[in-house]
Amino acid sequence: MQQIKKSKNLTLAGNMSAKVSSSFAKFIYKRIAVGLLMMIGITFVAFAVTQVVPGDPAAVNLGQSAMSNPEIVARWRAEYGLDKPVPEQYMRYISKVLQGDLGISQHSRRPVSEDLAEYFPATIEIALVAIIFSIIIGFSLGILSAMTRDRLPDQLIRVLSLTGVSMPTFWTSLVVFYIFFFKLGWFPGTGRLDPGGDEPTHLTGLYTIDALVHGQFSIAWIALKHLALPAIVLATYTIGVLTRFTRASVLEILGNDYVRSARAKGLPEWLVIKRHVLRPALLSIITVAGVAFGGLLSGSVLVENVFSWPGLGQYAFKSAIALDLPGIMGVSIVVAGVFIIMNLIVDFLYRIIDPNLRSE
Amino acid sequence: MPLLDVENLTVTLATSSGSAQAVRNLSFSLDEGEIIGIAGESGSGKTMTALSLMRLLPHKGFATGSIKFSGKDLLAQTNRAYRDIRGNQIAMIFQDPMTSLHPMIKIETQLTEHIRHHKKISQESAHLKALELLDTVKIPDPASALEAMPKQFSGGMRQRIAIAIALACDPKLLIADEPTTALDVTVQAGILRLLDQLRREKNLAVMVITHDLGVLSSLTDRIMIMYAGSEVESGLTSDLLKNPRHPYTKGLISALPTSSISGKKLLTIEGMPPELGQIPSGCAFHPRCAYAKTSCESQIPTSISISTKHRIFCPVNPLVSS
Ligand SMILES: Nc1ncnc2c1ncn2[C@@H]1O[C@H](COP(=O)(O)OP(=O)(O)OP(=O)(O)O)[C@@H](O)[C@H]1O
Ligand SMILES: [Mg+2]
Repeated sequence: MQQIKKSKNLTLAGNMSAKVSSSFAKFIYKRIAVGLLMMIGITFVAFAVTQVVPGDPAAVNLGQSAMSNPEIVARWRAEYGLDKPVPEQYMRYISKVLQGDLGISQHSRRPVSEDLAEYFPATIEIALVAIIFSIIIGFSLGILSAMTRDRLPDQLIRVLSLTGVSMPTFWTSLVVFYIFFFKLGWFPGTGRLDPGGDEPTHLTGLYTIDALVHGQFSIAWIALKHLALPAIVLATYTIGVLTRFTRASVLEILGNDYVRSARAKGLPEWLVIKRHVLRPALLSIITVAGVAFGGLLSGSVLVENVFSWPGLGQYAFKSAIALDLPGIMGVSIVVAGVFIIMNLIVDFLYRIIDPNLRSE
Repeated sequence: MPLLDVENLTVTLATSSGSAQAVRNLSFSLDEGEIIGIAGESGSGKTMTALSLMRLLPHKGFATGSIKFSGKDLLAQTNRAYRDIRGNQIAMIFQDPMTSLHPMIKIETQLTEHIRHHKKISQESAHLKALELLDTVKIPDPASALEAMPKQFSGGMRQRIAIAIALACDPKLLIADEPTTALDVTVQAGILRLLDQLRREKNLAVMVITHDLGVLSSLTDRIMIMYAGSEVESGLTSDLLKNPRHPYTKGLISALPTSSISGKKLLTIEGMPPELGQIPSGCAFHPRCAYAKTSCESQIPTSISISTKHRIFCPVNPLVSS
């Protein structure tokens, strides 16, 4: 009897997972198609923006004397395809992008794809550490705050999170840098590694991961220490936002009938929270965290400057002031790609968290 | 000794304009296996009465008075001690089965988590108990229902599942807050029959809350009518329905569709029940009462016995109607 029941359960589970994986494949295809369309849209918008921004790239990138020589200017324009009609420039650009060629950066004079491969992992690394910090701390503080509603812990957390939200990033950067590096010397100052230190063997470009994968533990430790300050600074705003948001969302969930039902069962409060509140709360937090991750990327411009972090923010900044069209477009595409992947991850997590979505 | 003995229950809630009493000096009792109906217009404090038995009052709300259950004062228990009673000896089902089940947790977990918590039994025996419970409340194919999610069931089926969840630990008292209000009329009858059957088979005491007196007439042994947080009349179901003595009860009964069919003029009660925190002085019903005297504006009515178990809170009306 037991046996029969078990095997029936097994086949049921088997069927379910087959159904899940086919619907999952469909879900992935759909998301990728949408992602591609969004990429095309983004390149178009980025391209259009660079067209209407006043300023002549040639004037910025060629010196005074070169600018006075029409021949040199014409040759420079031809080299970057700037002498062609705009639609043609766009088509040429798109077809090159599809081949992985993002053009030559006008300020670093290297292929943009190489620049991005170098700078992008540095930014992703602090952004990932920052978002993980933010989610763990923001989620825990938010839940604690909601559970102690209007009592002392809630009040303290409210003050903390509001402070986090309202402090300007550049200011926090400077303060943290001054205290923990300059005064206390607990953390190394700038850059991704100690000056003159070895880089880990290249794999992903995320130094901590690369070092750990290759067993270079002392490098991993150094990289981690360098990451700490900029990541914390980058995370302060997000922690504040996620804390406030988690509190609001948990309070809303606590007011739901199904939580009252759970309490009516006489379950201890921790079990009510763990089983009945966390799941729906995570669902709403994840959406916000996905958006916040995009915010972290833009926040990184300031933080990278203070901590001399060789990341995408710095690169974007330099490209922008140099009116470096290939550079700007390259950064836009990468950032758009991050947003699209983030959306994909959020959707994916949704399906993991909500069993109702799994069997659909 | 009655199973449940509520004495001078007063519930104070926090509102935007300060604290206010949603239940005022309520006293009633309930024997084992007895069904009591609590009726009254919206806002009369029925749900707050139920929630104070469950100690699930809204944030910043509190109850005073005494609630004796099997001799223990529920309001005096620590939270921890009370949690052993809640869901175990006293269970509650709520009005809207579409929202009272957790949408993301499968039925088996929702049906067994508190059995496992209160009775400390194995997953295997909890599973068997769950199958038995679904069978009791007449869910077809209990085995696959356990694997399903709430959204796969209709409202009526969900309310049956909610009843199964409430019965899981074999409670002595079941509180049903408007168990049929959110359901179709045809489904309502089934749920009421189920409650009646459970009472007979399990000697379960049931407190049914409703604002529809029609629901109560066939099911309950006794009825208590509430107005603005207080009892206005209570009695055996037949006494109260055939021979209502309080003007408010009379109004409620003559507002029933069945009484208008029987030829009487459909009588509705003029005006609106008072807002929380703006309860009139004296008898709370006096501004709407056709029989009100000046003394009603200041004098708080006390209980007047009509016959065994039949009492009203109105010093004026017994004279008028007799
Ligand atoms: N969370 C709350 N905070 C403050 N006041 C509340 C809260 N919930 C209900 N009330 C008020 O308490 C009073 C009694 O409400 P209660 O829900 O007990 O009425 P009820 O008799 O159950 O009505 P209904 O038939 O509408 O369910 C009402 O005036 C209501 O507005
Ligand atoms: Mg109610």
